[in-house]
Amino acid sequence: MPSKNKVTVTAEPGKQELFITREFDAPRELVYKAHIDPKLYVQWLGPHGYEMILETFEPVNGGKYRYVHKDKEGNEYGFHGTFHAMSPESMIQTFEFEGYAGHVSLDYMTLEELPGNRTKATIHSVFQSVSDRDGIIQNGMETGVREGYERLDDILGGLS
Amino acid sequence: MRRDVFQAIADPNRRAILSLLAQQRLTLNGVAENFRISRPAVSRHIKILKECGLVVVIPQGRERFVEARFDKLGEVADWIEQYRQLWEARFDRLDDVLEKLKKEK
Repeated sequence: MPSKNKVTVTAEPGKQELFITREFDAPRELVYKAHIDPKLYVQWLGPHGYEMILETFEPVNGGKYRYVHKDKEGNEYGFHGTFHAMSPESMIQTFEFEGYAGHVSLDYMTLEELPGNRTKATIHSVFQSVSDRDGIIQNGMETGVREGYERLDDILGGLS
Repeated sequence: MRRDVFQAIADPNRRAILSLLAQQRLTLNGVAENFRISRPAVSRHIKILKECGLVVVIPQGRERFVEARFDKLGEVADWIEQYRQLWEARFDRLDDVLEKLKKEK
């Protein structure tokens, strides 16, 4: 098992953008495939403990997407947007959380080939305002926190 | 008016005031002496920092001392850290998908 690659999130105070970077021990074509093949996409996108429903998925320039995360209580969290230029080098899409409607971000993802069949992914998200950026992070955070605790439970369960 | 820690640190002068106060507490004049901006401007920044809970103003005799309160700043690191964890979990699952794909090849 390769050692775990670290995710970095850079969100400078007062700016309306953020950057996410992560390296993968896989060639670019596979990382790209996992982003445009709906059967693969559903396996990793949704948070742990949520049902991931991929309603619309057209990963071509001008195509749409919509997916819903459904929790055990039946609460649904919808997300949708439009794809723009799509290639193994870069993917451009808009993103809107329906629970925070009207606040759309532009996500620009690049996949860079690294030596040894590895790939570096960088997501540059640009929001309409600083408070939009902070708002979407805080909205996304709630699931992140819950997920964090569930994962901790998994780990602790595995230890005992 | 929205008052939170993110707004407080969005301004470079306020960040500079905070780093100055990180070393020692100062009077309002003591803070102002370190900046080219006017004293009323410094006072306005301190007022915002106070409303955001990042500084407290303590009267002592005739002076009023400004002291930094850094526990609030933790909130910023926390939310980015939690957002990072969300992506970490997602990308760890993507690793599993990629491992499967590599074996299929």
